[in-house]
Amino acid sequence: MANDHIDLTVEPGEVHALLGENGAGKSTLMNQLYGLLQPDEGEVLVDGVARTFRSPRDAIAAGIGMVHQHFMLVPVFTVAENIALGAEKARAGFLDRRRARREVLEVSERYGLPVDPDALVENLPVGAQQRVEIVKALTRDVDLLILDEPTAVLTPQETGELLEVMRGLAAAGKSIVFITHKLKEVKEIADRITVIRRGRTVSSVPPETPEEELASLMVGRAVNLEITKAPAEPGREVLKISGLIVDDDRGVRAVDGVDLVVRAGEVLGVAGVQGNGQTELVEAVMGLREPRAGTIQVDNEDLIGMTTKHILRSGVGYVPEDRSHDGVVKEFTVAENLVLDQYDRAPYGNAWRLNPAAVATAARERVEQFDIRTSSPDATVSTLSGGNQQKVVVARELSRPLRLFIAAQPTRGVDVGSIEFIHGRIVRERDVGTAVLVVSSELDEVAGLADRIAVMYRGRILAIVSPDTPREEIGLLMAGITEPTAAPATPADGGDPASEGPAGDDADDDVDGHGVAEKGIK
Amino acid sequence: MTTDEPAGTPREPADEPAAEPAAAISLQDKPAAPTAGEKPDNGDSFMSVFLRNLWSANTVTVTVLSVLLAMVIGAILIIVSDPAVLDTFSYLTARPGDALNASWTVVSNAYADLFKGAIIDPAAVTAWANGTGTWRQVVFPISETLTYAAPLVFTGLSVALAFRGGLFNIGGQGQAVVGTICAALAGFLLPLPPVIHLIAALAAGLLGGALWGFVPGILKARTGAHEVIVTIMLNYTANLFLSWLILQKGIQQSGRSDAISEPVDSSAQLPAVGGEVRVNLGIVLAVLVTAAVAWLLNRSAFGFELRAVGANPPAARTAGISVARTYTLLMVTAGGLAGLGGATQVLGTAHALTTQVAGNIGFDGLLVALLGRNRPWGTLAAAILFGALRAGGNRMQSFSSISLELVTVLQALIVIFIAAPALVKAIFHLRAARSARLGASMAKGW
Repeated sequence: MANDHIDLTVEPGEVHALLGENGAGKSTLMNQLYGLLQPDEGEVLVDGVARTFRSPRDAIAAGIGMVHQHFMLVPVFTVAENIALGAEKARAGFLDRRRARREVLEVSERYGLPVDPDALVENLPVGAQQRVEIVKALTRDVDLLILDEPTAVLTPQETGELLEVMRGLAAAGKSIVFITHKLKEVKEIADRITVIRRGRTVSSVPPETPEEELASLMVGRAVNLEITKAPAEPGREVLKISGLIVDDDRGVRAVDGVDLVVRAGEVLGVAGVQGNGQTELVEAVMGLREPRAGTIQVDNEDLIGMTTKHILRSGVGYVPEDRSHDGVVKEFTVAENLVLDQYDRAPYGNAWRLNPAAVATAARERVEQFDIRTSSPDATVSTLSGGNQQKVVVARELSRPLRLFIAAQPTRGVDVGSIEFIHGRIVRERDVGTAVLVVSSELDEVAGLADRIAVMYRGRILAIVSPDTPREEIGLLMAGITEPTAAPATPADGGDPASEGPAGDDADDDVDGHGVAEKGIK
Repeated sequence: MTTDEPAGTPREPADEPAAEPAAAISLQDKPAAPTAGEKPDNGDSFMSVFLRNLWSANTVTVTVLSVLLAMVIGAILIIVSDPAVLDTFSYLTARPGDALNASWTVVSNAYADLFKGAIIDPAAVTAWANGTGTWRQVVFPISETLTYAAPLVFTGLSVALAFRGGLFNIGGQGQAVVGTICAALAGFLLPLPPVIHLIAALAAGLLGGALWGFVPGILKARTGAHEVIVTIMLNYTANLFLSWLILQKGIQQSGRSDAISEPVDSSAQLPAVGGEVRVNLGIVLAVLVTAAVAWLLNRSAFGFELRAVGANPPAARTAGISVARTYTLLMVTAGGLAGLGGATQVLGTAHALTTQVAGNIGFDGLLVALLGRNRPWGTLAAAILFGALRAGGNRMQSFSSISLELVTVLQALIVIFIAAPALVKAIFHLRAARSARLGASMAKGW
């Protein structure tokens, strides 16, 4: 049972946040409101009238719209075509494109949601695609808009814009149900917060409630949001990167002359808006992407040209940023995923055969140690919640002796309880003397974990700052603004290799703001 | 593994992101499951649990029902294709009994012959018991079934294995043809002592098929050329090469003007299992190879790699598995299996190359793999079913004068129903089980 006697009331013009961990039943509840699921018991009242929704069509007719976490857009259609889809207004058998365009412009103007009706959806950055979804819902004349984890895919800037849009909509009298598990956003925007845990409403609280309290309501126990750690004791230089230049899949320069050093026993955090070369930087280190120039060394051993298998073998642990794409094989069991990169090493097996007994034993241990919530180590990973899938990846990488540990977006799409756990593990790894590189687009995460923060912008390290640096200053650096006062604090940027870059394909300045954001979608 | 789903505990729904793409189907199924399944059986006996699981849409149930459905449609085809029976339908309202009797007779006779030709003929058993018949006649149907099944096991395994690694090997036919060529050449050109000659000929077939699999494999790995297109083209190449080769001097049987090669030396032929019957060691080899493939898939490091690459290539790559190497090795292995299938065909039953020596075993292998759900033992079972249909079809043709093509139609119908599990589910109102979607996921390879 995903929902167990839930009550929820949303007032007109209200932003109502629905807070809960992954798998708490938020989406199930909203799918019932939107007619995708039928409740076994209970009723839905719209303006005091009981309604039953057999399909989204009924829900839309009753004035309820939904923006799904994964967009329901046709990539090769234009914005206007996507919005007309499902509500096609034909004139003499032809699709009335002009009317669709007009509607888009009208709605986008009225609510301050800039979208270009003629742009192809596949060319739009994620944030803009989301605006299209919202506009699509609004053109159906809805009074209640459900946003299912809308910020999970957005950069901090886009999140800010979205919150702005939500405020505008609420001011215009629309009600909004905002589903999320991010506490900061909830506090910033919500008029009322309903916390759901294990399919039940735990409580309904005002937004002034402190974050710790919200978190413990969600998880059901006290949660420590602060990352506590002792001062670092940096040792030898483990990872040394110099003059690294890497291109992305389209051949556009993504990493443009990076020099970095990560020492044993410290966490180097790489902050930056998604799509500024962090992905490519990490992939180059892992041997997943061939750099154009530069050197990467671990303990003075050159990594460039080594296979990924070799790099993993040499004591590098890697948590990739896109868990379901690169981190786990969903069809595999938890046990198999726990040995995904060690299946041919003792004791799990050798070059020829696996040792299922050893794999099973190890899996039982890891599940215990890393508190992976699964029905059994033999359950497929696809049955696990996002947070537990991530714990599988972290458990796999941290269960062997490491020299260097790289974690990219280690807590993206992970619930509060698991975030606490994963952060604790990363700090523990640092404390045993591993060099740790954390890449995250969540500034809070970087600031909490890192002993030094490298801010990355357009493929370069703009500055390396201490975690005590004011947020505003780091935020400005992330936006590419180096104040004159901050300039001397960038010694790592030393030999600027921009000039030595091969005969410039200056695709870098294609579309100024958008080029960066676009990389985020892939 | 697949049968224990619906009775299961009401687990927390899978994480939200995963639920979304399949929203329309999976979400509607979920609330229905507890209401239909949970309520009536608080004090459930073993039998009720067993029956409930039996009637849920698990793989085995769907497969069995698919066969049943195909037989029903086949029965209709038998009725409409018989003019005498159709005549009785012209006065259906006057004497419905005639039409029903005639239909029943023709259908039951046909299927009885199918059974007698494929498994056992009771008349032969009584004759043997009375001393008028021989044991040969008793085991003859089984022998025929296994003879037809053996090559299909190999080509089926070839397709199934490639599919588990995410590759769609349409080239089983070409690989089998090259396998027959190499095995036959080794069989009549090499002057070797008995046992060694057979092993050498089998190995030659295996290597020939492996070579024919290596080409699409390396092209896929290095250049991204789609294996479906490359393997289809290589099918033509192999067939035409065979047609040319047979007519060459030293290959063509001396004294013959038609397209047939020298016969394989008796030292290289697969010996019959029990002396007098047609079934040969090929089926024994097939079972052994099935076991080997099952081991390879589930217990070997390479099997782990290929399953990881098949399910999620980027994750496999991130975990340090070389996707290119896996694709190449996989196609070599798959080609080798199909080549071995061709070798058993020519060394076991045909004994000489003709243009049609490999028959249709490569393409039938696709169906067999599909029917066997890409699992080794499932593929073996499916191949035996296809062999039985074929063997029974021969008898059906000669005794009930029903065209052998009906068997092909039956095979095709079975596969269609397997490929559309939702259809079978809807027809029989099966309860949803997650495994039922397995068949639908077959299309993912494209």
